[in-house]
Amino acid sequence: MTAITDREKLAYVAARAADGRINIELETEGMTINLGPQHPATHGTLRIVARLDGEQIVSAEPICGYMHRGYEKLAEVRTYPQVTTLINRIDWLGSFANEVPFILAAEELMGIEAPPRAQWIRTILFELSRIANISLFLGDLGIQLGGLTVGFYAFRDREYVLNQIEAATGGRFHPNFDRIGGLKDDLPKGWIAETHKAMEKVRRFCDEVEDLLIGNEIFQTRTRGIGVIPGHVGLSYGLSGANIRASGVDWDLRRDSCPRGLVYDEVDWKVWTHPDGDSFARSWVRLQEVREASKIVDQLLDTIPGGPIMAKVPRIIKVPEGEAYVATENPLGEMGYYVVSKGDLVPFRVKIRSASFNNVSIIPWVARGLYVPDLVTVLASLYFILGDIDR
Amino acid sequence: MSSADTTEAPAGELERDDAREAVVERFRSELGDAVVGAHVRPGHAVWVRVDRGAWREAARFARDGLHCAFFDFLSAIDWLPSPFGRDMDSQEDRIAAGDTDGSPAEPTAIVAGAAGGDTRFQLLARVYAPTTGTAVILKADVPDDDLSIDSWVPVYAGANWHERETWEMFGIDFVGHPGLTHIYLPGQFEGHPLRKDFPLLARRVKPWPGIVDVEPMPGGAGEGEGGEE
Repeated sequence: MTAITDREKLAYVAARAADGRINIELETEGMTINLGPQHPATHGTLRIVARLDGEQIVSAEPICGYMHRGYEKLAEVRTYPQVTTLINRIDWLGSFANEVPFILAAEELMGIEAPPRAQWIRTILFELSRIANISLFLGDLGIQLGGLTVGFYAFRDREYVLNQIEAATGGRFHPNFDRIGGLKDDLPKGWIAETHKAMEKVRRFCDEVEDLLIGNEIFQTRTRGIGVIPGHVGLSYGLSGANIRASGVDWDLRRDSCPRGLVYDEVDWKVWTHPDGDSFARSWVRLQEVREASKIVDQLLDTIPGGPIMAKVPRIIKVPEGEAYVATENPLGEMGYYVVSKGDLVPFRVKIRSASFNNVSIIPWVARGLYVPDLVTVLASLYFILGDIDR
Repeated sequence: MSSADTTEAPAGELERDDAREAVVERFRSELGDAVVGAHVRPGHAVWVRVDRGAWREAARFARDGLHCAFFDFLSAIDWLPSPFGRDMDSQEDRIAAGDTDGSPAEPTAIVAGAAGGDTRFQLLARVYAPTTGTAVILKADVPDDDLSIDSWVPVYAGANWHERETWEMFGIDFVGHPGLTHIYLPGQFEGHPLRKDFPLLARRVKPWPGIVDVEPMPGGAGEGEGGEE
């Protein structure tokens, strides 16, 4: 290295001064843009008011409530079995997973435990809704970044899983299948073999996504180092699920505090984490989650025990007085129900802790300083469902 | 059968839960008299009810002392027995429940839940430690004549939206919150929907068909349920 000459120093200073002059001359007022409520970059009716300085975001404020349905109030005037119809519609891509924590909370208060066969089928359906949900996420991620192919593949391959959910429960999106003390019905004939086949297809889909999207250079450039969320910040905002695991926090409710009534302890699987905390890490962790979920389903299908699918429950369900909070690891993150019962037919109060509400609340923090196109990848990789924010 | 070790005792059975009792002890030794109530449901959860003045202090201790870095949720409970209870709206349900006289239910007194309570409104929050697995549900009473409490935003950034929701749904003010604005409801909305005395208009207009619609349970109690009416 040669020493820096005075001439070079002067050139540097002159260049900086020229830059500064341009900045002053081109200084804009600051612009406010509205993303949403109807905007291709937002899923559903989330609206984001972003204040820009040039191309950079100074502040971004999500405005939700366009789909607020007041489920916490509505649940207070419905019997416990009726509440599942409502909560199916919170995260509509993984509906069955919404029912489970509520049913488990009611079971916890009533002191009932579902028979083993019901627990197995519950866990299988839970993981199937995870696969259906996250495979659409992967497709959507591609669509947001201009890779439409992945989107079509996702819609195609999700069908295999939805068909299995439909065959077992009768509903593609809103199964309403979980019951206090067990399940509505047993599995249909031939379902286990068909589901094994579907899981093979899911794994092939994961490989395709890895080739087409995750390994794609354009995708990597647009997501690596974008929207970095450190673990401690994510925790203080209540980020959960793949979003926090992508920030290096090794925490999964399925493994760490699996509630009574789900059988994740019986299977061999892995919790994936990623140290980076950026948009890429969040996408990558979710892809691995689909793979693990397909493994969980395969193992559970092989070990499914016989027996009844319904415990002895009273004809009219009255839940004894008490309070319980049960949370499970849903496709979007931690979802929990705080149920207060007064020993009545209806819950006295239901607090719904939905994952997306917390996951989205970090947007003002993470969006500061981003460029507008990067906000799209951050929103896509944080992955929210509007029904899960607005409840 | 590793699932067996968490399922030894059925829910509600009395059994000591030392880890959760220890959490209560930690709170008592740190906050002293500010801990006004505690409840442990063995194998499930621990509730600690603190004085209103120590609300933020309790959060800070949970975060720093108990490593509860994860902010789970914050909300409130209105313990007022509903003046528009389901009983008054839908007679079928009362009959199905074995209550056959058609008179409106007597309004009952306020009965608080786990860890007790003295006031109508009670704040409710849960924090969790991903590293140790410690979780604690914190509660605080808010008196009717002064519905305000310290904000948690300086301790947990994620409390921001939850407090905005609690503010609009229950009308509880959070002192020190950076901007209490509506989050779900339109800005000119009047009233606090999750309060028990806020009527649910849909139910006023058309009573819910109720329990007569419930399908029979598979393998459940008894035959011929369809003809019960």
